Amino acid sequence: MKVIYTDVLIIGGGLAGLRVATGVKERGHDAVVLTLVPPKRSHSSAAQGGMQASLANSHMGEGDNEDVHFSDTIKGSDWGADQVVSRMFTHCAPKAIRELAHWGVPWSRVQRGARTAVINAKKVTITEKDEAHGLITARDFGGTKKWRTCYTSDGTGHSMLYAMDNKAHEDKVEIHERLEAVSLIHENGRCYGAVARNLMNGELVAYVSKATTIATGGYGRIYSVSTNAIICQGIGQAIALETGVATLGNMEAIQFHPTAIVPVGILTTEGCRGDGGVLLDKDGYRFMPDYEPEKKELASRDVVSRRMTEHMRKGKGVKSRYGDHLWLDITILGREHIEKNLREVKEICENFLGIDPAEEWIPVRPTQHYSMGGIRTKYTGESQTLQGLYSCGEAACWDLHGFNRLGGNSVSETVVAGMLVAEYISDYLDSSQSNISIHTANVEKFLKIEQDKIDALLSKENGEDAYVLRRRMEEIMMEDVGIFRNGEDLQKAVDELQELHKRAKNIEVFRSKSPAANPALVNAYRTQKMIKVALTVALGALLRTESRGAHSREDYPKRDDANWLKRSITTWENEEDTLPTMSYEEINIGEMEMPPGFRGYGKDLTLHNEATPMRQSTVDAIQEELESQGKSRFEIQNALMPFIDKLPKKYQGINARFGENA
Amino acid sequence: MSEEKNRVLTISILRFDPHDSDDFPHMESYEVEEAPGMTLFVVLNEIREHHDNSLKFDFVCRAGICGSCSMLVNGKPTLACRTLTKKLDAHITLAPLPLFELIGDLSIYTGKWMRGLNERLETWIHDKSNELNVDALEERMEPALADEIYELDRCVECGCCVAGCGTIQMRPDFVGAVGLNKVARYHLDPRDKREDEEYYEMIGNEDGVFGCMTLLGCEDVCPKDLPLQSKIAYMRRMMLKTSLKN
Repeated sequence: MKVIYTDVLIIGGGLAGLRVATGVKERGHDAVVLTLVPPKRSHSSAAQGGMQASLANSHMGEGDNEDVHFSDTIKGSDWGADQVVSRMFTHCAPKAIRELAHWGVPWSRVQRGARTAVINAKKVTITEKDEAHGLITARDFGGTKKWRTCYTSDGTGHSMLYAMDNKAHEDKVEIHERLEAVSLIHENGRCYGAVARNLMNGELVAYVSKATTIATGGYGRIYSVSTNAIICQGIGQAIALETGVATLGNMEAIQFHPTAIVPVGILTTEGCRGDGGVLLDKDGYRFMPDYEPEKKELASRDVVSRRMTEHMRKGKGVKSRYGDHLWLDITILGREHIEKNLREVKEICENFLGIDPAEEWIPVRPTQHYSMGGIRTKYTGESQTLQGLYSCGEAACWDLHGFNRLGGNSVSETVVAGMLVAEYISDYLDSSQSNISIHTANVEKFLKIEQDKIDALLSKENGEDAYVLRRRMEEIMMEDVGIFRNGEDLQKAVDELQELHKRAKNIEVFRSKSPAANPALVNAYRTQKMIKVALTVALGALLRTESRGAHSREDYPKRDDANWLKRSITTWENEEDTLPTMSYEEINIGEMEMPPGFRGYGKDLTLHNEATPMRQSTVDAIQEELESQGKSRFEIQNALMPFIDKLPKKYQGINARFGENA
Repeated sequence: MSEEKNRVLTISILRFDPHDSDDFPHMESYEVEEAPGMTLFVVLNEIREHHDNSLKFDFVCRAGICGSCSMLVNGKPTLACRTLTKKLDAHITLAPLPLFELIGDLSIYTGKWMRGLNERLETWIHDKSNELNVDALEERMEPALADEIYELDRCVECGCCVAGCGTIQMRPDFVGAVGLNKVARYHLDPRDKREDEEYYEMIGNEDGVFGCMTLLGCEDVCPKDLPLQSKIAYMRRMMLKTSLKN
């Protein structure tokens, strides 16, 4: 039995995982990162357009601050987000970006003087102040009041990840590459690490740790077409689910990005529209202003994706052998801009479509993109139910995004959550609570369970083909648990997925019987886990009889705050169960800084909760009272919903901001 | 709708499982019907799913962004995921990138090599004197300089330049174009306070910038079109100047 002991085991080597690792190292704790691929190849590298942080350096960002970023994020979430978490996040985003600048990210900078930009399909001149020259600049993204999305061309995630991984090298973080966590070691409500499989030689290793962090990203690959990297399969969520103790939150909240290329589903950044690109239909007609006269192409992602789908359903899509699509036109931005600020997009168009986007339109359609749901945690990143298990980034649901994430808030979340969770974990490790005593016989028991499962898969005869089950699961998710959902299709999806889950117990690894590097074996055990995750999404979507953010029910088109202002919580209680167990966590309006309101898209169909007007008048009264006393925006905010004390001391300070207090 | 008949592609792959003591390197061929817009990512997954599920290869982003899937395509190092089959003949030969440790078939251990390189060249900002105040305004940087640094920061560590390098065949410890480009990137970055002398210690030798034989296979095969030639020449001039100065 091979056992490796460490203070903090981090599963996942993307931005969030690496930021936790460097953070705990700095506090003097040991960390081991398990990663499927070299950290620099993680899906974080695919984030193109940028990171939201309210720096307010550029002319179009003037007047921006944490309050505006918070309000955009809450509206974007359709009031599903945890408002305290959102406050903590918007407060720390400027700190995180400045930290990354310090570590080497070559953020694009403000250039003083006049320049031409495209806004609402018209060329306009923007003049940047002399005093802002050389500070970090920002571009426009959907669902935001200000230009807040900071970037390095359209390779933002790449630059952030490289700086972060290099920082991890500097800090001598131990990285165990091509190691896959296949189960969590836990007993009596306490997590003690994980069993991991070496993907190169097949060896099973037990990692025993005081704290374990899952930072494995989203679960987009349960859909047949996704912008996600092929490793985003939800295995992190699955191993948490399989403990029967840890819970998942809001798994049905799935984001579809408006502009992935057809047919392969590779993303073209929201920056295309942020920088002035427009959406056109088969007649070359710009249709978004008809649906959303105010925000047009820059409405929130869930809204644009629905409008595009609606428009194609009216027969306005471009027919192709891969189904209907629409056009993204960025030719108006000009070659110089595209080659400087949208160069990844240009490369993708050249290599995968054989077109030059400075001359031709890009075929796009909404495609699965982001998992708002994930491992349910407290604001500290710790599981609400399994002590010592932490999670952050896209893998988690601490709940920054509610039912729709704003573009630019995901990479931002990875580094903010990473830096905060590293502190909370370190505090935990500094306390006696973190001491562990687990008998090695119990560790061995967990290893043996996994070894037996693998042996069973390899020795099975006349069983099921994992690929067949997996492809069917992907199709079901795509067809029945997509952008628009309805009870009948969702019921069908749940029933069939349940059937697939039963069949998956009988998977046989055909022909390829090697216990070492063996892609067929990997596919077999991952398929079993992915089907469980798919079931949590489908069942959550079936039971949520309302429309909120990206969860859009044709049979329940209204947002229902009276009955559904709550988080979906999923567990898998017994291994023999064929369906997950759902419960709900109320979201307390009485504690909100920003009570539920209208997002400003389409008609207001909200069924309001009776507590909403009461809370709104309390908020209004406090605000009015304190404003008349000349209190600062910080004091007013603190009176409405205090959050600063929850932050680690080192991150409580007020952010210097160009034009406000610097 | 009448369509032209699709080509049948013959994919010959150099296969070897180092964990199987009975195995030896050999070529295996598979036939795959071509489809519009087909890439080698699609081809290889189709082979794995329908012909041979033991076939090992590495894809992550499948969008030409992450650098995982470098391999020899008809003998030339490139990213497989963004290689369209229509640009190739019907007979395609695939082999793992040479020089890196083989995991199996087309899967190679670039991660270990690149990590070693990064540790050796200390590819991070060196500035011990400057403690960050996370609450303060960020330090300013000239916009054009930030763009120039980003240009060199675009390297995806795919290893194509290493596989395309003549020098490294003779000097196994040569840092390669990937290494010299990284040094050029940090040399350019005013946030990194390392002196030319420190860089000279690191690459002012035959495993560094003076080892390069200027065959420039690296520049030919770099999938990100990095300015490797001019950066190697620039670093060589800088290092020469430093050596003359001392």
